[in-house]
Amino acid sequence: MTAPSIMAAPVSPAEAPAEPRRQTVRRRLALLALAAVVLVLAYQFAFVGDADAGYVMGLRLRQLGALVVVGAATGFATVLFQTIANSRILTPGVMGFDALFVFVQTIFVAVFGSAIVVDVDVRTRFLIDLVVMSAFGTVLFRWIFRRSSRDLFVLVLIGIVLGSLFTSLSLLSSRLLSPDDFLTLQDLTFASFNTVDRHLLVLTAVITVAAISAGIPLLRRLDVVALGRDSAVTLGVDYHRVVTATLLVVTVLVAVSTALVGPLTFVGLIVANLARRVLPTYRHSVLVTGAALWGIAFTVGGQFLVARVLDFSTTLTVCVNLVGGVYYVWLLLREATS
Amino acid sequence: MIRVEQIAKRYGDVTVLDDLDLAIPNGRLTAIIGANGAGKSTLLSIMSRLLPADSGRVFVDDLDLSRTRSALVATRLAVLRQDTTMTARLTVRELVSFGRFPHSRGHLTPDDHRIVSDALGFFELEELEHRYLDQLSGGQRQRAFVAMVLAQDAPYVLLDEPLNNLDMRHAARMMRHLRALVDERGKTVVLVIHDINFAAAHADHIVALKQGVVVAAGPPAHVMTETRLQDIYDFPIAVHTIDGVPYAIYYR
Repeated sequence: MTAPSIMAAPVSPAEAPAEPRRQTVRRRLALLALAAVVLVLAYQFAFVGDADAGYVMGLRLRQLGALVVVGAATGFATVLFQTIANSRILTPGVMGFDALFVFVQTIFVAVFGSAIVVDVDVRTRFLIDLVVMSAFGTVLFRWIFRRSSRDLFVLVLIGIVLGSLFTSLSLLSSRLLSPDDFLTLQDLTFASFNTVDRHLLVLTAVITVAAISAGIPLLRRLDVVALGRDSAVTLGVDYHRVVTATLLVVTVLVAVSTALVGPLTFVGLIVANLARRVLPTYRHSVLVTGAALWGIAFTVGGQFLVARVLDFSTTLTVCVNLVGGVYYVWLLLREATS
Repeated sequence: MIRVEQIAKRYGDVTVLDDLDLAIPNGRLTAIIGANGAGKSTLLSIMSRLLPADSGRVFVDDLDLSRTRSALVATRLAVLRQDTTMTARLTVRELVSFGRFPHSRGHLTPDDHRIVSDALGFFELEELEHRYLDQLSGGQRQRAFVAMVLAQDAPYVLLDEPLNNLDMRHAARMMRHLRALVDERGKTVVLVIHDINFAAAHADHIVALKQGVVVAAGPPAHVMTETRLQDIYDFPIAVHTIDGVPYAIYYR
């Protein structure tokens, strides 16, 4: 099982008494919030140039909305998922959730053709996506956790196998598509913040806020769940119910942000681990806030870099996968050697 | 009183507990002994509601464990498991504060803080209270976990092999602490233990399991005889009484 050392947060002075440590946490949280706000403002107002200011502002505001929603939802969901999975290296993305999204899209296009994009209202399609992903995701995660909740590496392996399975199935089905349908599919499954539908954004924001609100009452019990199943049960936590409710919240959040912008596999892994590293506390109320702020800073900052500095010579997905992939391998190696 | 009635547990063809009946006397230190695979830990897990039994029931006072809300049981029954690895990084005080969760649901009152401090004091952990668990020695770590169990302030305390990985000095110290829980705090303590001599020296009541049933139960002098030990462990064990305590000699 996971060695305690993997959770080590070397940033905090070891002997720091409770009060100063709480202040450290508060100060770092405030710094994170400040960084997120600065990045958001920079994204909105820097480098406007001599284009039509009104149009640029409107477009950027929509993009920002998507970035903030996705960043916050991913951070919040991943911290919860890590606690339930009792591991820092497991996230919904790593467990094959993104591959599932691509698979579902492929099936849609394969069954209904490109017409689904033209004929069906974007919000209807989004809701269908959301329901299918949530239902499937919850069933899948429940099944996985019931079978092998004890062994971390079995879970990692299951994630890799599921990811490859969904990817292969998507590839197979996409071979059977007409070139037109294939282009449509590419468009659907590539993460993009550049064009965001306004109605979809509002819908996503509403669902995200609702899911996060549903998750907040679980946070104190999750503090106990982090001690492990046995301790949680003996301390009177209804473990089964908390895990099910948490998985539902996580699934909805991940499904929503994936359906909005497409898969960003490693964002959750990065921001949740950054939050746990920087904030020396076991309290989930603090950890999820930190992870959500990191998520916002990361997505907004990353997109700012890609769009304004690198001038779209690459995409956010590529950057995230490069950084996140390397980080994931590093975490795995540390886990294996500890 | 904890009453175990007709508890059975099977894994496929293997019967671990065979319609076992047991009553744990109140206000005593009870040690559960037996060979490997006798069902000790399984029995304790079922008594702690961590493992469902195939049939039979466990009562804590008047509460039927399988029909009572876990949160209510947690105010009566505190449990320390053998495997205490955890991913969360906590200080000793934070860990012990978790013992208050059944009462405070995470909102600690001044009363809770007082009880936590008292538990830390009882196990002589005041100086270590702001240390992280991964900075402690095995003995200190084990004391921190037992302090959490004490902070839970339940009349019944179950411990699965609390002496695991402790050297002689720390093992003896842990047993004296558990003894004090019974004598000074009036707790009912039940522990699974491998070293029968620690059981003989500190327990009021010994329960011996073999192949999933109770084969002997009573005060140490009753259970710790050469014939009974031979029957429990299937090999000859000499018993010598020193200062009124029967010790088993089985090293050669």
